[in-house]
Amino acid sequence: MSAVATTSKFKENAHDALTDARLQGALVHARNFTVRRAAAAERLPEFEALRDNARAVKDHTLAHLDLYLEAYERKVVESGGQVHYAQDAEEARRIIIELCRSLGAKSVTKGKSMVSEEIGLNQALEAAGIEAVETDLGEYIIQLRGEAPSHIIAPAIHVTKQDVEQDFRKAHRDLPATRDLSEPEQLLAEARSVLRARFLAADVGVTGANFLVAETGTSIIVTNEGNGDLTQILPKAHIVIASIEKIVPTLEDAAQLLRVLARSATGQDASVYTTLSTGPRRPGDPDGPSAYHVVILDNGRSSMLGGEFEDMLRCIRCGACMNHCPVYQAIGGHAYGWVYPGPMGAVLTPSLIGVAEGGQLPNASSFCGRCEEVCPVRIPLPKMMRHWREREFERHLSPAPFRYGLGLWAFFARRPTLYRFATDLAARAMHLAGRGKGRFSWAPLAGGWTQYRDLAAPEKTTFQSQWRAKSGAVK
Amino acid sequence: MTATRDGRAPNSRPRVGLFVTCLVDIIRPTVGFAAVKLLEEAGCKVVVPSQTCCGQPAYNAGDRATAKDLAMQAIDAFEDCDYVVAPSGSCGGMLATHYPELFAGEPDMAAKAERFAAKTHELVSFLVDVLGVETVAARYEGTVAYHDSCAGLRELGIKTQPRRLLASVEGLRLVELEEAETCCGFGGMFATKYGELSNAIVSRKSEDIRKTAADTVLAGDLGCLMNMAGKLQREGSPVKARHVAEVLAGMADGPAIGESQGPKQ
Repeated sequence: MSAVATTSKFKENAHDALTDARLQGALVHARNFTVRRAAAAERLPEFEALRDNARAVKDHTLAHLDLYLEAYERKVVESGGQVHYAQDAEEARRIIIELCRSLGAKSVTKGKSMVSEEIGLNQALEAAGIEAVETDLGEYIIQLRGEAPSHIIAPAIHVTKQDVEQDFRKAHRDLPATRDLSEPEQLLAEARSVLRARFLAADVGVTGANFLVAETGTSIIVTNEGNGDLTQILPKAHIVIASIEKIVPTLEDAAQLLRVLARSATGQDASVYTTLSTGPRRPGDPDGPSAYHVVILDNGRSSMLGGEFEDMLRCIRCGACMNHCPVYQAIGGHAYGWVYPGPMGAVLTPSLIGVAEGGQLPNASSFCGRCEEVCPVRIPLPKMMRHWREREFERHLSPAPFRYGLGLWAFFARRPTLYRFATDLAARAMHLAGRGKGRFSWAPLAGGWTQYRDLAAPEKTTFQSQWRAKSGAVK
Repeated sequence: MTATRDGRAPNSRPRVGLFVTCLVDIIRPTVGFAAVKLLEEAGCKVVVPSQTCCGQPAYNAGDRATAKDLAMQAIDAFEDCDYVVAPSGSCGGMLATHYPELFAGEPDMAAKAERFAAKTHELVSFLVDVLGVETVAARYEGTVAYHDSCAGLRELGIKTQPRRLLASVEGLRLVELEEAETCCGFGGMFATKYGELSNAIVSRKSEDIRKTAADTVLAGDLGCLMNMAGKLQREGSPVKARHVAEVLAGMADGPAIGESQGPKQ
């Protein structure tokens, strides 16, 4: 069982989000990402070509994933590390907990990892009596709040400065109550000093990976805070948890992908820290962990290979799709109800937890296409959401009234003569009923529309009937 | 005009089949007649084959079988047309980009859909890009904001064409929305299935419209326009919504979308 999902309650979740004034205030800031990404793309003439290249690198890797996974494993072993394969979340948790126990670990620091959220690692560690401390500032904040990330690169984007001040006062009770925490810099300084002690005390550091390089057995993470470096260098063991599609063939390929990653994510030319780690500390190294483990998670991804959702495995988790999504912008990430929000979540979630549970997400899209427009690896996200809708439709999972309505409409649409007659009749009737005002503030079967906006009344008769009358008269 | 596919002389008028779209057909025939006027003035022979819907509602609902039936119906209906033109980027996108996808794996039908797609265009981009129209003879007194409907913008690349023609409309002042390329929240069935979400998105759009000095919002898709008009009207805004073709054809003197069409009967 992976992290607990409330995805089937998406509509209710969205309602809660839309009526949460505090959240709505926080979400306005998320829109800055779109401006920054556009500027970054503008600054780099070859950006579109880089996107094509990024897609090609990922497609090539996915077509030969087995070979690259084996090559990667060989290199990790050569450099003194170990690779563990986990078929599902449960196995991944078990492997990590066993590793921690074998190392006698009581405290684990963590770099930001969405896969760790996916497998519910923190809860599992706590249950095993091992303290887990998130070291990414955003992750640290939401850990204090007992929340899940609401964005894959900006986990605490739903939280305001005032919220953080309250959380810190509650959590850091040994610090003077009179201290000033009104500015973000003060909050940052406090988090840094509290976390410094945690870094030094940790027995094991767990990080995710943005890329696993087959050529060298290297794992790469990008951060803006440098917390990942301290997480993986200071403790005696470093455990990398990453999913199978993070593999890339060469360092050059990783560099190509890095060029589109930060620009798409935050509009930076590069993240502040790009950290490569290859195996444990070697004799003569000034620092580094003495043990190095990589846990490679499948959790349903290999079954996406070769199917209509394979393109989704190109995703490099930049978050551009959610930053640009009008739905995400309106409700934030928690409403999606599982680990991955936004358009990429709407495609990936049903793949990983099932369409019966996650089926609402690919439906809750206006198909505006902006996600695909900005995706650095050009994943056809709307097309894949439509694939999910097709699966739902085939399996009769879509709501019955909706299916009957669609069926009735299709009956007429398949019969042009009958359709012309029926639509003309309907247009005339609605025109008569609505012409005075020109619109309806309520209409049967259109409550989802008229609850929020007026519905224009038809102009008299249909175009086709007017056209026929006209051309008949001419003839 | 270059030679048409059936080899007629370059000077003969191309035969354009108007795919009027179901919303224009039922709700706002004026847009259809505006499209006919613009096409005829640009030298086309306009025909209107018997038609229903492009099938997009079914396609986006996951009902591929119905979408395919309706696609075949449309392809057959417009068989003898040199071009198929729709006053909508959304339906135009369905005809021109999604029809071939629908028949992927069925070579005969796919080829037919490809041929159909190749001769299909959205109205304004057809006027500008295919017919080379640069100006229109129309007048509209007002400050106008143009909303880029998503499918037209992203599937068909419609951005400059309507602005270019609007620039030639006498008396019209064009202002830009801050977020012209952000969805209005319509999305077909999405607007009713996820009414509350759709409302949040269109509320943001109406705020963007109100922030400009525009008295009129234009777009190339009636669905988006009905959504924006309906929201503006519910909010009590006096901003009018019209299809861009009405303004370009000089047929914007009647009631705007959702406005009173005369005394109650």
